[in-house]
Amino acid sequence: MRTSMKKWIKDGDPWIWFNAGAVAISMIMVFGLLFLIASRGLVHFWPHDVMETEYVSKSGDRLTIMGELVESEMVPAAQLMGAGYAVPEGAEFMQRNLLKLGNRDVTGADFRWVLDDSLENRRFPEQVIVLERREWGNFYGYLKSVKEQGQVIAQGEDAWPVLVERIDRALDIHSRIHEIEKIEIGGINSRMERLRLKERGLELEGNATPENLLSIEEDRAILDAEYQALQQALIELYEQINRDSMVALTADGQERHIDLAKIVRAYQPNAMSLADKVGFYISKLVEFVSDEPREANTEGGIFPAIYGTVLMVIVMSIIVTPFGVVAAVYLREYAHQGSLTRLIRIAVNNLAGVPSIVYGVFGLGFFIYFLGSGIDQAFFPEALPSPTFGTGGLLWASITLAILTLPVVIVATEEGLARIPRSMREGSLALGATKAETLWRVILPMASPAMMTGVILAIARAAGEVAPLMLVGVVKLAPSLPLDGNYPYLHLDQKFMHLGFHIYDVGFQSPNVEAARPLVYATSLLLVIVIALLNLTAVAIRNRLREKYKALEM
Amino acid sequence: MTELLDRDHDMQEEQKANAPSENQGESDGGRTHSIDISSLQRKENALRLEDEHVSLEVKDLRLSYGEKEALHGIDMTIPQKRVTAFIGPSGCGKSTLLRCFNRMNDLVDGCSISGEILLEGQDIYQRKVEVAELRRRVGMVFQKPNPFPKSIYENVAYGLRIQGINKKRVLDETVEWSLRSAALWDEVKDRLNDSALGLSGGQQQRLVIARTVAVKPEVLLLDEPASALDPLSTLKIEELIHQLKDDYTIVIVTHNMQQAARVSDYTAFMYMGNLIEFGNTDELFTNPKKKQTEDYITGRYG
Repeated sequence: MRTSMKKWIKDGDPWIWFNAGAVAISMIMVFGLLFLIASRGLVHFWPHDVMETEYVSKSGDRLTIMGELVESEMVPAAQLMGAGYAVPEGAEFMQRNLLKLGNRDVTGADFRWVLDDSLENRRFPEQVIVLERREWGNFYGYLKSVKEQGQVIAQGEDAWPVLVERIDRALDIHSRIHEIEKIEIGGINSRMERLRLKERGLELEGNATPENLLSIEEDRAILDAEYQALQQALIELYEQINRDSMVALTADGQERHIDLAKIVRAYQPNAMSLADKVGFYISKLVEFVSDEPREANTEGGIFPAIYGTVLMVIVMSIIVTPFGVVAAVYLREYAHQGSLTRLIRIAVNNLAGVPSIVYGVFGLGFFIYFLGSGIDQAFFPEALPSPTFGTGGLLWASITLAILTLPVVIVATEEGLARIPRSMREGSLALGATKAETLWRVILPMASPAMMTGVILAIARAAGEVAPLMLVGVVKLAPSLPLDGNYPYLHLDQKFMHLGFHIYDVGFQSPNVEAARPLVYATSLLLVIVIALLNLTAVAIRNRLREKYKALEM
Repeated sequence: MTELLDRDHDMQEEQKANAPSENQGESDGGRTHSIDISSLQRKENALRLEDEHVSLEVKDLRLSYGEKEALHGIDMTIPQKRVTAFIGPSGCGKSTLLRCFNRMNDLVDGCSISGEILLEGQDIYQRKVEVAELRRRVGMVFQKPNPFPKSIYENVAYGLRIQGINKKRVLDETVEWSLRSAALWDEVKDRLNDSALGLSGGQQQRLVIARTVAVKPEVLLLDEPASALDPLSTLKIEELIHQLKDDYTIVIVTHNMQQAARVSDYTAFMYMGNLIEFGNTDELFTNPKKKQTEDYITGRYG
């Protein structure tokens, strides 16, 4: 026994188990993390059944309430007793439920903790409707009638199909309104702004001659006319969308008038089959990744944040790659390998260890306040005093993150250059190539997979950063996307939304904590997915390069 | 520093590669790698160095890596359009000397050179000499095949593209001609656009020779070109050398004496950084003038 134990240790088996164990634990942690985030976040979009029940309050009053059961927890009975609740003899813990009651415009709060014992006569009536509204959150209740221009056109059993049909119509009109307001009027506004800046620029240059101003005025008149036409169309659309309304009853019997224009979605969860629910769930998920946020980011989608994150990472990669590669090539290929080079290398490596918020402070102080306002003075005097580049924006955020990730790219590229066999360089030089030609035609292509490794690491790091971004251009809600159809298309000076900051914002700054919590998980999951996708793209490119330039394995 | 370490490493490898081949040489007698020497046709009439047109002339060449002197004053002349072989034990400086001819040693940190090397009467170590231009005239093939990770076509066209020649017709012609010169055309003509890394070791080495020939150098330096190859590939390379010598001055470093005897017209024996003996190959192998040479070629040390 003893010898076999000794042999077991000597053979190195404990090490194998130790290593395998470490790998297993890492895998479990990664998958556990993903599973937790996914389960907490994704369940949010499921259409839960709506429960109607009688709530008996502390004082014995009975109240009919209606809502979704969000979660339950056990609370010590002593604590409840202290709060004045009646607690049955001998009970140590009691169940408490969090109900989403909605109807914030009626009751003032849309979440409520209630004791399980105080709920009586629970039922799930099929006629219950849930309305997702653009304001005031969800509405839970019963449909009484549908009205057109204030006249009742359907009620009772017939009302539901009419409602569904008319909501679809309202949504169509709403999307047309949105298109006109956001894209067409937005475009006119941006052209108007450019005209204003042009006029101001002419004034500053002293070129504000009548004929110059006249042409600007002409352009402006054209835009005004376009704007008027759109405005007219909008008025008509608004009239159309405001045609219909509905009357709903809350659980305790109050009547509410709701305009169909304010409704995003109406459904009867208790009457839905599983297939209906799955379809609903998918449409909610699609909305989440493709729509704009509503209600202080607690409803709707997070598309602008995904867009901003991806665009910033791409701009960052475009900036960091050439700089990192050039620096690495100089350090490895041209610089004399002395103490100065070693010092520079140490400095570069230490740069990777600087806390990221410090980069944010640097970006704010140097890029925005110094460079940005300098650029504004020199190139955008007509826009002053409102800053163009003298405030946080996509460009500065990307450059700040580029500096943050520069060491990674330099180190990875240097490694790649060092790994290229000397025979490759000699082969090229022996054919009469200069050092620069050798670098350009043989060495750099062969080192490109290593560069991509650097870029992958840079992307992974940059996409997850939040702290520096808060100082250099990320905002809670950006009015427009940083890349759109308005000249000059890519707005490097614009502020943008970012998934990481969105999580922070929804998690810490939301007015509606209970509503925001699942979104924190869902957004986190999405951030992980976005980073993974960005990485996978880069890995795919790298693997192609590797295949192409695989060095001689000799 | 790393470069020096690399060199040490190279030398060790050289030593390893050396050991078995010499034993083999002894046991095989006249036949090496099962090849009959007489089958490789050679000009029968004895060549004399004095009659040859000089291609390269080395005058009192000294080279040191840092403090350590590796070549202690070499004087020799390399005849034009002949094959000259350098033989000698590992670390004797034969590769170092070869690399002086196209200034490859410039790449080594701490390497200093005195003396002269004249290519067609011009000192190649003068300041005004452009190194890239010199290397175009003096091509080099290394011990291990080192094709670039590009297509076969692009490998051969590399030297031309460097010179700014991008005309498809010129490139096509040169690539074909070079590959034919290197006896590789028939094997690769249908897959010119495939990666060169897919070729066998021997094919790769011939590709590298084709690549070097493509820029039409005057001198071809071969640094143990067959040491990493199997016997059949070695035979092909040797046949190739035999063909190429009509057009190029060839200098070959080899640790394989049978190979030197088979392919070269002249042979130089080097030992510890000195040129011990240099002369007609037949004479040097059959009737060496120096004791050291005789000891080496009879396998008494190495």
